Amino acid sequence: MARYYQPEIETAPREAIRALQGQRLAATVRRVYDRVPFYRNRMQALGLTPEDVRTVDDLHKLPFSCKQDLRDTYPYGLFAVPLRDVVRLHASSGTTGKQIVTGYTKRDLDLWADCCARALTAAGCDETDVVHVSYGYGLFTGGLGADAGAIRLGATTVPVSSGNTQRQITILRDFGSTILCCTPSYALHLAETLYASGCTRDDISLKAGLFGAEPWTNQMRRQLEELLGIRAYDIYGLTEIIGPGVAFECSEQAGMHVNEDHFIVEVIDPDTGEVLPEGQQGELVFSCITKEAFPILRYRTRDIGTISHGTCACGRTLTRMSKPRGRTDDMLIIRGVNVFPSQIETVLLEQGYTANYRIVVDRENNFDSIEVQVEISNEIFSDTVRGLTEKEKALEEALKSLLGVAARVRLLEPNTIACSTGKAVRVVDRRRLLD
Amino acid sequence: MAEQLSVFLQNESGKIASVASLLAAGGIDIRALSIADTKDFGVLRMLVSDARRAQTLLREAHCIVSVTEVTVVAVPDAPGGLARLLTLLSEAQVNIEYMYSLIGHAAGRAYMVFRVSEETKLLALLRENGLSVVSGEELGLR
Repeated sequence: MARYYQPEIETAPREAIRALQGQRLAATVRRVYDRVPFYRNRMQALGLTPEDVRTVDDLHKLPFSCKQDLRDTYPYGLFAVPLRDVVRLHASSGTTGKQIVTGYTKRDLDLWADCCARALTAAGCDETDVVHVSYGYGLFTGGLGADAGAIRLGATTVPVSSGNTQRQITILRDFGSTILCCTPSYALHLAETLYASGCTRDDISLKAGLFGAEPWTNQMRRQLEELLGIRAYDIYGLTEIIGPGVAFECSEQAGMHVNEDHFIVEVIDPDTGEVLPEGQQGELVFSCITKEAFPILRYRTRDIGTISHGTCACGRTLTRMSKPRGRTDDMLIIRGVNVFPSQIETVLLEQGYTANYRIVVDRENNFDSIEVQVEISNEIFSDTVRGLTEKEKALEEALKSLLGVAARVRLLEPNTIACSTGKAVRVVDRRRLLD
Repeated sequence: MAEQLSVFLQNESGKIASVASLLAAGGIDIRALSIADTKDFGVLRMLVSDARRAQTLLREAHCIVSVTEVTVVAVPDAPGGLARLLTLLSEAQVNIEYMYSLIGHAAGRAYMVFRVSEETKLLALLRENGLSVVSGEELGLR
């Protein structure tokens, strides 16, 4: 089994990676300056010319871009090639606003397949594996991205797409799928449905899962690994950059390796925009340095994380990013305290609850209230009201000691919180309705 | 001793109806029922004709269910019948977690369902005082 898909890149010396990045960045800046009015205008406003960006050290001079820029230039305003060279469009659903669209040339699809093939290889996948892809196929990048990577590797690809969980289980079992690609919340739902329908771990042949498109915790990793008898790997990506495969976990499960020959990662202070040193937590920012159709530069992801440059025990020299701790727009400020949904998830899983939860924030008499609604399981259930109330109270105490603010706990029946086939809605902030 | 079915319910209208309908569809008869509730949730406890099958049926419908052993006691169906039993329990410091009565009774006897903290103590107490424990089979429960 190959450990790397492209060892010449994945294990290249740091200086070589940085030199390559510098060349590619300079070429991309030149190209977007010449071809995309948006970038040219922004650079001119700062008195910059393409000559000012020659190495990675010059990156910080460039202006940031953000989701609003994609909306303002919708649909094709940020494309750097004419539409006749674009062979694929993807769009992000726009759950938090107007949808955005990105494009790919043939070469873009090609390098994307490489990125996903690296991720699959790092998870132990090769051409003998059967890859079950339950990400949605369509405008969402998840399905087609994972699919392209699996085909690139020569694995047997099963394009199940999302939905119809019973059928997914039949396919998992009958086709002997060994690798599962989907969102972590859907993987959990699959596992629960699998056991509810009387199957056991021995009925399936899965050995690894690549889970992404939403933040998840290490506790959830352990839960998925235990339930499905697999190793669960995180894969990171976003439509604006390319889709899944921007970064991926290796067997060390100690951060995700960024595909740095295609993307440069930075961590910035979300308030000041200042670039933060290695190891400091801040907002992740990515620049595309090889993409032809949609080479977005210094894109602010809203994801909060850290990066480290040290060589990984797996042998890769590619910079690692932490699991995103949350999103700048997910971060809740409750009575002045920063609260991330992932912290709450950690407590829930530690206390033996499921990851089917919802956080409802409200404002009562000008005072923020936070309610954590979590689905109860047969294991947690006690047939006395006192027993259940004690469990609620224990959870409330654990939440308070971790978050620093009091949260109310509410136990719900299973299947109350819609289990998404896409991204789970974890936070309902009713305070916004009052603005 | 009898097996009791306990079901977790959110405090919302129609919840008990849906559990009852599921049991009805499975041909399961409810012989006794009680509800304990708080503002947000409730626990529905029942003696049914087949607790294990009912549990499987409800779990398939994604309900949270457990089966608990409870003690069914026959008390004289006369004024003071229950009072005497409860006084005995209180004096012996047997803590009642919950109790409820059983629908339908044989002539001269009423049935009470108990879940207590110290079951062996309860059983000894009942024996000493000539009160009979009724088995699930006697009540037509499986």
